[in-house]
Amino acid sequence: MSEYLATYYTPEKLEKAWAVIQRDFLRETGVTLYITLMATLFAILIGLPLGVLLVTGDSKGIRPLPKPLMAFLNGLINLLRSAPFIILIVVLMPITRSIIGTAVGNAAVIVPLIIAAFPFVARLVEGSLREVNPNIIEMSMSMGATTWQTVFHVMLPESVPSLITSFTTAITTILGYTAMSGAVGGGGLGNLAITQGQQRFNQAVLVAALIVLVLMVQLFQTIGTRLAKKADKRIKQ
Amino acid sequence: MIELRNLSKNFITADGPVDALKHVTLKINDGDIYGIIGMSGAGKSTLVRCINMLERPTEGSVIWDGTDLGALSKKDIQQVRHQITMIFQSFNLLMQRTCLENIMLPLKLIHMPRAEAKKKALELLETVGLPDKANSYPAQLSGGQQQRIAIARALATNPKVLLCDEATSALDPKTTHSILDLIREINRTMGITVIVITHQMSVVQEICNRVAILENGTVVEEGDVSQIFSNPKARATKALVFPDVAEGMDDYKPANQQTVRLVFQGAEATAKPLITSMAIDCRIAANILSATTRTLDGKIYGNMLLSIPGGPDELATAVKYLSKAPSVTVQVDVEYTSQGEETAEEASVNE
Repeated sequence: MSEYLATYYTPEKLEKAWAVIQRDFLRETGVTLYITLMATLFAILIGLPLGVLLVTGDSKGIRPLPKPLMAFLNGLINLLRSAPFIILIVVLMPITRSIIGTAVGNAAVIVPLIIAAFPFVARLVEGSLREVNPNIIEMSMSMGATTWQTVFHVMLPESVPSLITSFTTAITTILGYTAMSGAVGGGGLGNLAITQGQQRFNQAVLVAALIVLVLMVQLFQTIGTRLAKKADKRIKQ
Repeated sequence: MIELRNLSKNFITADGPVDALKHVTLKINDGDIYGIIGMSGAGKSTLVRCINMLERPTEGSVIWDGTDLGALSKKDIQQVRHQITMIFQSFNLLMQRTCLENIMLPLKLIHMPRAEAKKKALELLETVGLPDKANSYPAQLSGGQQQRIAIARALATNPKVLLCDEATSALDPKTTHSILDLIREINRTMGITVIVITHQMSVVQEICNRVAILENGTVVEEGDVSQIFSNPKARATKALVFPDVAEGMDDYKPANQQTVRLVFQGAEATAKPLITSMAIDCRIAANILSATTRTLDGKIYGNMLLSIPGGPDELATAVKYLSKAPSVTVQVDVEYTSQGEETAEEASVNE
């Protein structure tokens, strides 16, 4: 233990690490936050309707869609979810370039992040919506609601607490993915930990970045859990 | 008026096709509180869901005020569902919405302006006796209160028909009573036709004026409630009206005994010591195998199973004597067994 400390945490290295922390951490935390929030936002914008479609378009759903279409959607989601993110970043580089004009940098990392995250979000939303009591959906149909009225006035409002929990899971997962942004020249804490920490043999920077990432996950999770609990009116108050 | 004509519904299940409804024909008049009763699995829920087309009938039609609902487009059916509303056993309120918002839901669906919808919902809260629960969430309410909110919601679009699918089955007897009172009041003051699906005879007895008995997807008996109660004919009806008698009937009936069922209607019939006077007048000492009484709309109904000693002559004498009594219906359940026949002969008089 003492040998480990003596090797990796010399006063000299600690001093350097402190300099990096002072100089870069605030900015890079901001970058991580920016990438995470943007990617989550777009992943939800695509994943939420897709998740709704997976539930309503199911053969037992309120508006069944053609079986081949559902098979295609499910297949696409499974395909995207099975690709490791680092591979996805590289494979998607041409697409990223065509969408935002460049395949490197902070903005460039958001595109593969969205593509990696929206199928995940769709599955989470699907899970949340499937929890809605089928009797309540029948009630909605019995009062003459259309498919979309049932989705907007019944299914989505009823699953708000569960959706908040799902989105919390999504945001923490996406936060983890941002660490790989360095592969395409993106910034953020993950990249900082690799370039300033691992590549310059400064363990302290790595650990410090890790601590900030852990704190961010904790923060998101705590806020998410609180919001979900507060939103849930099934608990007697 | 709602007319079910030759309605059948088949389901394809993993265990093969199931005939949930078989050629059901019923007529429900405006202003009726119409009971549809049956044991679980009899097809009641399927039947009520065919009325508002939540289940499409496989065969036959549902005619509502001259319109064949089965022939309507999806959009038109949605319009009809604002007129034929439904309440459920499990209340089915939105748990994430306040009571007020729950009642406003059907009004939102018909795009009523929010202020107007809110006013209407507050009025309905008044109607169902829960004016102080506007901002409460369903989880904070008792079962009976939740059903009241569900009733208010079902009334929001001023429907003409209210379907009650086992609406009181999850409630205790006292709450059941108060909910049934509310439904009756709605029927009387608003002129809404009510269709009550239930497995409890007490519910039918309490609020319905007409009833159909469903068994294995078939209507085995149908008519005025007082008539069905006083003189149940089908086996399933007897089992529902006199569960205690029907269940143990075979135990009560020793071999080689001839039995007679008496149905007493009203105080006039129950006031006379009929069995004792028969013993004196005819010298037939009938043995009472079982007897029950119940009250319907303030009228007493009695049901008695007698064993008549002796042979066919004594039976004939007894039937003749008993039939003379006012407001008593006599049914010979089983012919003298030595003759090996089981024809149910009936001698009914004095309705």
